[in-house]
Amino acid sequence: MSNKDLSRRTALGAGAGVIAAGTLTSPAVFGQPTTTLRCAFWDHWVPAGNGALRQLAQQFGERNRVNVNLDFITTVGNQLQLTAAAQSQSRSGHDILSLSPWDIGAYADQLEPVDDVMGRLIAKYGPPNPAAEFLAKHRGAWRAVPATSGTQNKPACVRFDLMQQHAGIDVRAMWPAENRAGPTANTWTWDTFLRAAEACHRAGFPFGLPMGQFTDSVDWVGALFESYGARVTDERGNPTIRGNQPLRQVMDYAVRLSRFLPNDVWAWDDAANNRALISGRSALIFNPPSAWAVAKRDAPQVAERCWTIPMPAGPRGRFLAYLPWNSGIWSFGRNKNVAKQFLEFISQREAAELATNTSNGYDIPPFATMSDFKIWETEGPPVGTVFNYPNRPHHQATAHIAFSPAPAELASQMYIQALNTKVIARVAQGGDTIEQALSWLEREITNMRRGG
Amino acid sequence: MALDATEGRLAVARARKPGNTLQRFARRRSTIAFLMTLPLIAVIGGLVAWPALYAMYLSTLNRRMTAFIGLENFRILLDSETFRMVIWQSCFFAITAVLLKALIGFWLAHMLHHIPTKGQRKWRGMLLVPWVIPPALSTLGWWWMFEPSYSSINFLLNVFGVPSVPWLGEPWWARISVIIVNVWYGAPFFMIMYLAALKSVPEQLYEAAAIDGATSWQRLRFVTLPMMRNIISITVLFSLIVTFANYDIVRVLTNGGPRDLTHVFASYAFQVGVLSGNIPRGAAVSLFMFPLLAVIAYFVLRGINQRNKEEA
Repeated sequence: MSNKDLSRRTALGAGAGVIAAGTLTSPAVFGQPTTTLRCAFWDHWVPAGNGALRQLAQQFGERNRVNVNLDFITTVGNQLQLTAAAQSQSRSGHDILSLSPWDIGAYADQLEPVDDVMGRLIAKYGPPNPAAEFLAKHRGAWRAVPATSGTQNKPACVRFDLMQQHAGIDVRAMWPAENRAGPTANTWTWDTFLRAAEACHRAGFPFGLPMGQFTDSVDWVGALFESYGARVTDERGNPTIRGNQPLRQVMDYAVRLSRFLPNDVWAWDDAANNRALISGRSALIFNPPSAWAVAKRDAPQVAERCWTIPMPAGPRGRFLAYLPWNSGIWSFGRNKNVAKQFLEFISQREAAELATNTSNGYDIPPFATMSDFKIWETEGPPVGTVFNYPNRPHHQATAHIAFSPAPAELASQMYIQALNTKVIARVAQGGDTIEQALSWLEREITNMRRGG
Repeated sequence: MALDATEGRLAVARARKPGNTLQRFARRRSTIAFLMTLPLIAVIGGLVAWPALYAMYLSTLNRRMTAFIGLENFRILLDSETFRMVIWQSCFFAITAVLLKALIGFWLAHMLHHIPTKGQRKWRGMLLVPWVIPPALSTLGWWWMFEPSYSSINFLLNVFGVPSVPWLGEPWWARISVIIVNVWYGAPFFMIMYLAALKSVPEQLYEAAAIDGATSWQRLRFVTLPMMRNIISITVLFSLIVTFANYDIVRVLTNGGPRDLTHVFASYAFQVGVLSGNIPRGAAVSLFMFPLLAVIAYFVLRGINQRNKEEA
């Protein structure tokens, strides 16, 4: 075709015709989705873990004639946290965003209250665990809905053969895969734990307890501190370090325990403890069942000797390290009502069970009444290995996040900067006395509180 | 010539339409030059000037970003033992790494310069590999080698009967590890810059020095180094700024640990600002070295300008 055949007028006419034809022939079907809900959820560690949310989004979209767009954003390189920070600054982005535990406090003023959603869920399923409530409720209002997908407990994953052989503790008899505690369960204390750590260390299978600056480290140390009643601040954020005997007691304990850990735990990240277990070098770690699941694939001879049990109890009770995800709705979002409906939909028992099943039992719902999903009984080998992964009533444990009950804006700084493991490291590795380390801790907290 | 002719035509055009000032303005060379540089100015303004000014503004706000508190964030930081340690570590890290990079780069450039041209290209390419790999990726490779429990370097040491080194678990070893990776990554940049500078030194100067009986040290001291002074100043300045702002190596290798003893400004700013939700204080951390580096940059660049004028 020559250039002369295609004049400007012809081209414009043809273009207008195409647009008009496209517009006029578009079916004005009744019920075509007119709303698009944009959600950013945490990209699950478990490969198939996002599948449940995809399935639920599709169901919700079909029922309510809504387009639900899901983005799964990884926390590798803190991308999800950066997304939250960017959206908060620009006041634009997704309608629903997965928020890490402390982000709710940081963005509370920009999050839509979800008291109505939580009210209906609580009426149906009972109260959520206290740590979830502490994190998601600010200034008297629920600012996010505690999520199931991605939420984890960090109980002890124990090599029962090594524990029996070297420490003389039969963890399966102590915490059987039944809704009852074994006859020796009340001896599962931090003192017993220390003796077992020493025995396993001597046998060449030290406990793989990270003491670095990542969440696995901060979480288990947080539960240890709480079980001694050792809090570094009160509810208002005032340091409670001077004259705090439980704090000195737990510091002394942690320093003694650290002598029986691998000498490089101060640099361990969240994967190091998993590697220690999977490689067969460690007799115990505190972790969700992801380490066991990887062992099942890569080192089946290790996986079939693993058994999950609650964390030990201290003088003030048993506390379970808990790391939840939450779903928040931006107050500047366009579809707040639909977003609330969607969050309520994915928080129902059936939806939570689907998420937990899809993640091979990894995901923990926030409601105690949902700690009886079948998958935790049937997963194996050995069958029942993760029965005690959810916090069950007979554990008599309380879910806990490190540095609670400090105000969120202070607790988040203490948590991210891992003040609890650092204060131990200053003594165990740095050679400070406990008093020097605690003075440093008090100065750090005081500085964090300034410039509010 | 062509430009004069253009000017002439423009002058005629101007004479024909004396009243149209807008057209005259648009046809001015300076206007056209400005319009052509406008995209670059927009990029620099949007991606450099605006974020820098915004960071300065942020650093003067309180944690909730609701009130102006002046320089209070900087005062709080200086009161913090951890931050004072970060200042010391950043300086130690940047100065040590830049010195090592400059020395190794200079040595490599000399070695390459004396290789016959035929084989030089091959070596040059191989030695540049660390610099072209994205640092986050290569640092991950180093991390695998230093990894606390299963370090491949320790495995090799053990083969020769040397005990394992806690590369990332012990503060001084962790600092050394971070510096090693930074030097490994950055030395090729110095090498290629110095090699280019060496190639531009006139051969006659060396011949004259040889006739005068200069030793190889004297040739280096009185011929090579003075001729390379500008390029050394620029590369050191550039590298110092980049190394002070280094983030990825620390983040991937140690995450600032153990006990914050490997944090540098950028990694600490990210931890305080983004992860801990205290953006104004994080901005203050990241801006802390700005005045000092600006002063250093001013003096270094002024020195280069003066030398250029003298040489001209």
